[in-house]
Amino acid sequence: MRPKPAFAAFLSFMAVAPLLVPEFHVTLLNYIGLATLVTLGLVVLTGVVGLISFGQQAFVGLAAYTTAVMTTVWGISPWVTLPVALLFTLVAAMILGAIILRLSGHYLALTTIAWAIAAYYLFGKFELLGQYNGIANLPALSIFGWKLDTGAKSYYLIWVVTTAALVAAHNLLDSRSGRAIRALRFRGVMAESFGVNTAALKYLLFIYAALLAGISGWLYAHFLRLVSPGAFGVNAGIDYLFMAVIGGATQVWGAVLGATILTLLKEWLQDLLPKLFGQTGNYEIVVFGLLVLVLLHRARNGLLPVLARFLPPGPPLRIASDAAPLARRSPPAPGATLLEVRAAQKRFGGLLAVDRLSFEQKSGEILGLIGPNGAGKSTMFNLVTGVLRCDGGEILFRGERIEHLPSRDIARLGICRTFQHVNLIGNMTVLENAAIGAHLRGKQGTLAAMLRLERDEDARLLAEAAMQLKRVGLGAHLASPAGSLALGQQRVVEIARALCADPLLLLLDEPAAGLRYAEKAALADLLRKLRDEGMTILLVEHDMDFVMGLVDRLVVMDFGAKLAQGIPAEIQADAKVLQAYLGGVA
Amino acid sequence: MKFKSWIGAGLAAAFASTAALAEITIGISIAATGPQASLGVHYKNAFELMPKTIAGEPVKFIVLDNASDATNAARNGRKLVTEDKVDVLMGSNGVPATMALAQVANESKTPLVTLSPATLSPENFNWVFIVPQPTELMMDAVAKDVKKRNLKTLGYIGFSDGWGDLVYKATESHAAAGGYRLVTNERYARNDTSVVGQVLKIIAANPDGVIVGGSGTGGALPQIALRERGYKGPIYHNHGTVNAEFIKVGGKLAEGAIAPTGPVVVADELPAGYATKALGAEFMKRYEAKFNLGRNAFAAYSYDAVLLVEAAAREALKKARPGTAEFRAAMRDALENVKNVVGTHAVYSMSPTNHNGMDERARVLVEVRDGQWRLMK
Amino acid sequence: MTFDIALWLGQDGVTNGAIYALLALALLLVFTVTRVIFVPQGEFISYAALSLALLQAGRMPGTVYVLVIGGLVAALFDGVIAVRAGAWRRLPRIVLVYLVLPLLMAAITWWAVPQKLALGWQVLIVLGLVVPLGPILYRVAYQPLASASVLVLFIVSMAAHYVLTGLGLVFFGGEGLRAPPFSDFQLKLGVLTISAQSMLVVAATLVIMVLLWLLFGRSIYGKALRATAINRTGARLVGIPTGLSGSLSFTLAAFIGAVSGVLIAPITTIYYDTGFLIGLKGFVGAILGGMGSYPLAALGALSLGLLESFSSFWASAYKEVIVFTIIIPVLVWRSLTSHHAVEDEEE
Repeated sequence: MRPKPAFAAFLSFMAVAPLLVPEFHVTLLNYIGLATLVTLGLVVLTGVVGLISFGQQAFVGLAAYTTAVMTTVWGISPWVTLPVALLFTLVAAMILGAIILRLSGHYLALTTIAWAIAAYYLFGKFELLGQYNGIANLPALSIFGWKLDTGAKSYYLIWVVTTAALVAAHNLLDSRSGRAIRALRFRGVMAESFGVNTAALKYLLFIYAALLAGISGWLYAHFLRLVSPGAFGVNAGIDYLFMAVIGGATQVWGAVLGATILTLLKEWLQDLLPKLFGQTGNYEIVVFGLLVLVLLHRARNGLLPVLARFLPPGPPLRIASDAAPLARRSPPAPGATLLEVRAAQKRFGGLLAVDRLSFEQKSGEILGLIGPNGAGKSTMFNLVTGVLRCDGGEILFRGERIEHLPSRDIARLGICRTFQHVNLIGNMTVLENAAIGAHLRGKQGTLAAMLRLERDEDARLLAEAAMQLKRVGLGAHLASPAGSLALGQQRVVEIARALCADPLLLLLDEPAAGLRYAEKAALADLLRKLRDEGMTILLVEHDMDFVMGLVDRLVVMDFGAKLAQGIPAEIQADAKVLQAYLGGVA
Repeated sequence: MKFKSWIGAGLAAAFASTAALAEITIGISIAATGPQASLGVHYKNAFELMPKTIAGEPVKFIVLDNASDATNAARNGRKLVTEDKVDVLMGSNGVPATMALAQVANESKTPLVTLSPATLSPENFNWVFIVPQPTELMMDAVAKDVKKRNLKTLGYIGFSDGWGDLVYKATESHAAAGGYRLVTNERYARNDTSVVGQVLKIIAANPDGVIVGGSGTGGALPQIALRERGYKGPIYHNHGTVNAEFIKVGGKLAEGAIAPTGPVVVADELPAGYATKALGAEFMKRYEAKFNLGRNAFAAYSYDAVLLVEAAAREALKKARPGTAEFRAAMRDALENVKNVVGTHAVYSMSPTNHNGMDERARVLVEVRDGQWRLMK
Repeated sequence: MTFDIALWLGQDGVTNGAIYALLALALLLVFTVTRVIFVPQGEFISYAALSLALLQAGRMPGTVYVLVIGGLVAALFDGVIAVRAGAWRRLPRIVLVYLVLPLLMAAITWWAVPQKLALGWQVLIVLGLVVPLGPILYRVAYQPLASASVLVLFIVSMAAHYVLTGLGLVFFGGEGLRAPPFSDFQLKLGVLTISAQSMLVVAATLVIMVLLWLLFGRSIYGKALRATAINRTGARLVGIPTGLSGSLSFTLAAFIGAVSGVLIAPITTIYYDTGFLIGLKGFVGAILGGMGSYPLAALGALSLGLLESFSSFWASAYKEVIVFTIIIPVLVWRSLTSHHAVEDEEE
């Protein structure tokens, strides 16, 4: 989170730096800016989303070589080569992204190393690219005749672009899309269940990081005016990762900090060490490694969190009270069949978790799904919400078959859920976590987010989230990080989140677990109120007192199959149910 | 007595302060770490054997490491030019880094004396002066030997980098004159654990001789592999391979390896009256005594570079003071016109069209005999 | 491509593949216990190989200084913690392991250098110098960050790699070195001539692979070690000493590295920076093997060695491009066909 005074100070310093600072340091600032662009992409891709990429420098090189060849061999103006270079980068990123985003963990990281090495050697092979000597004497950029041929003149262009990219990235992460992005790493299933297309979003972010690297490459080529393969090897990729981690891998402003520290440290060591150790031996890299180790020991999440403690705290969370409420779905006629499960089946290897289960739920009722542990209740939830595929049978919602649909399409139809294991993003605020639920009720995408054009819509989404949170009784905790709440409260946040999606059918997976008596009573009141307002609720629970007093009907499962169904009074007297739960009638 | 010594001290102080203003600053960017480190250490060590004054003025050497990377070399160059205000740039020991420095030299109008061969674009030519022998000149000695032995086909195996490309092109440029043709263009990395595939391909082509485009101990890998596979023909290396470690790693299998090099490496064996013999022998002796790293051509390049700067400084100091743009321009003009400067590798005579200034005396052919590099008979 | 050539290339591929496999096995070992992508494993190899070469030449290997200073730092770390906690009884062990042992090895080495001992003794000295570097490196660089994310641990590995490589340049110089082979015996099999040294390398790979597979697949100790990586807190709760398991895995890795180094030194020229590239290839091998099984990791490394060998013959100028492009579809295939648990840890 960026406090305004710190940002203003940063801007003012950067604006006058070339006048205050010696010429070589301006050159260094240029290098820092170029590195920041690439590292920014890494922060979003690797730090936030968790896809470790060692290969960003290949995109830098691709753009740099494109413009180098076009300007030196064919004499084309650099401003024309910019879109061409970005186009090449885009195409390469689209192809590579399609391949690697299917991969998991190490395979992905290694694939990025592989293409980076292949690219490096290819850059060095072709006569057109100058082989290992590269291409020299590129023309400088000129803006309306004003030639950017010194470090100080290039500075403004580089830093205007870099600052714009930083602000855009910050805006992106602080928006509806940003909440979805921050859910990608550990909470992908949850994000899908609220309508986020996680695969498409990852693909988009990969391309975004590649384009940032491409812009950096184009600027680099016309600032340095020399392009050679050495700048795009594996070492460069590792340097960018160093910058991201040292600065703070999950923070946008960590990119600037990391790039600055790495660049200045290397220069400073090169000046200082020969004075200490004389000319014999080269200890710069040794001392550098040791300093990085010490730094990481003290600040494993990077230096930005450490520095942020010295900055004044950010502005308090403001909820626009005049935000227009969001549109709501029209509820179905009460009593109509809403959900129909016909002989659903699910196998895990030899285990039949759900065994030809059939039941119905009518609109406007609370249906309880109970049964001993391991009966298959959560699995059934997963089948209804599309997290798992049915191996047989059908599931119909409002008469349409949904068992083959992915989670996000089911969410669009109006089914929302909470999870048995709490699925909140611990370091996001309670308000933002809840706002994820409203994802499908907004339309503005990533570009609008970067340009801050979606503020109105976002205000409405956040207002909705605040309203739902107040409704469930957590109005006092809007700004707290979700991970700091007690487990029971976290479950209630999940309910608020599900309500934000304006669902027609609400699936609650053990919502009362971890709540105290009074809290359970409050929850029961809330659920009854929701039902009275027309909501349909399917509930899995173990607390019999809670369930019996709340639900309209019950379905009892055992070993994946339906054991009994009916109103609570019938179930409590049912011999088979008593056998399953207690092992026999006393 | 005491009064006189006070005056003496005062005068000395006065002279010292004016002398400080007249100090010549030479900025050097070298690859002392990274893949080129093995040769870089010799270039760097030589700067500890340099004189303290040049053409009567004190001289300051600033040595920066570019870690074998062209971007770092450019950065070093910019720093030396803008922060340290050097009068002359020197460097580097890898061709891409040298070309990066050439661009900085051209932009900042500072003369550059290179320590490795370089192919220059017309824009950068004016400000750059090349000390080492052009690769064509070196491989010409090889070509002449190939012609003498009447070898018709040659195999090539070289580094998978700029140096390997350079040696290949140089060898190919003499193919017509030498009466041979190159039948393979195999490549390997310095760090490879084996070159069996490449060597099998070469042997399958059955060339009369093999040219190796490696450097340092990296050149030993194909030498050993070829001999182990039973290749009997002559194996030629290049001037980057001539150092003691090559022989140490190659062991018995290195015997008979032939390479061109600067005459300084075998200065003792040169015929009397050879122009560079005395200076070369003396420098090699000092280098071996101080560093105990064996004979090699690379430290001598640094030394020759400084000798050239000295010769030019004598002229340039007549026109301007060090630390000024006029001095740098005067140095450039003077370097362009040095005549008959005796170095350890060659007698340099430059001209506006020739910024290298060497002739055939600048190279000899050596071979490994009895575990040492010896002048070939 | 004649059949003979194919055989020779196959032999070369197997020898190189065995070298990469030794690295793959050690990398997998360290990763499964500590979640560290142990880039400096290559440095253990180059330190061992170069130290042996220097001892052979009658010179003092700089490894001694790294060992002593590293031990000192580790002793300081542990000592300060023990003193602050008032646990005086830990101090003798700390002094013994981190100070006495390195100094003892330094003294032995200093005595042995002019003696020109037989190769066997020198190998033992090299092992004694390199193996303690493992636990010392773990204590100094990794243990304080043992619960950090894989990315941070990787950056720590890279930083440690820079330190060790930089020191390697200072102590061993920029040029490569070789050591003499253990034996000049050569086996002739048809057109193939197999040197004793390459047979030793392959044998060592097989032995280490089998031992690791048994340790981690069949014994309770191995399972305890693996548990540490999967859930550190849970492992501690059941009584597994997690600090010790990290240290132990690094000691094993250092041992494998030292053995690999002395075996490889006669076969190929080792430079101060050889470690990174062969480590990377070992890493590729381990990942091709799915990062889970030792035999598969060795097989992955072997395939990489063979691919490299044949690419060197077909188009040596494009060897790296071919190798690294071909592994991409292989990785895609492996990723899609392997079913493994999500190892990414919680924030």
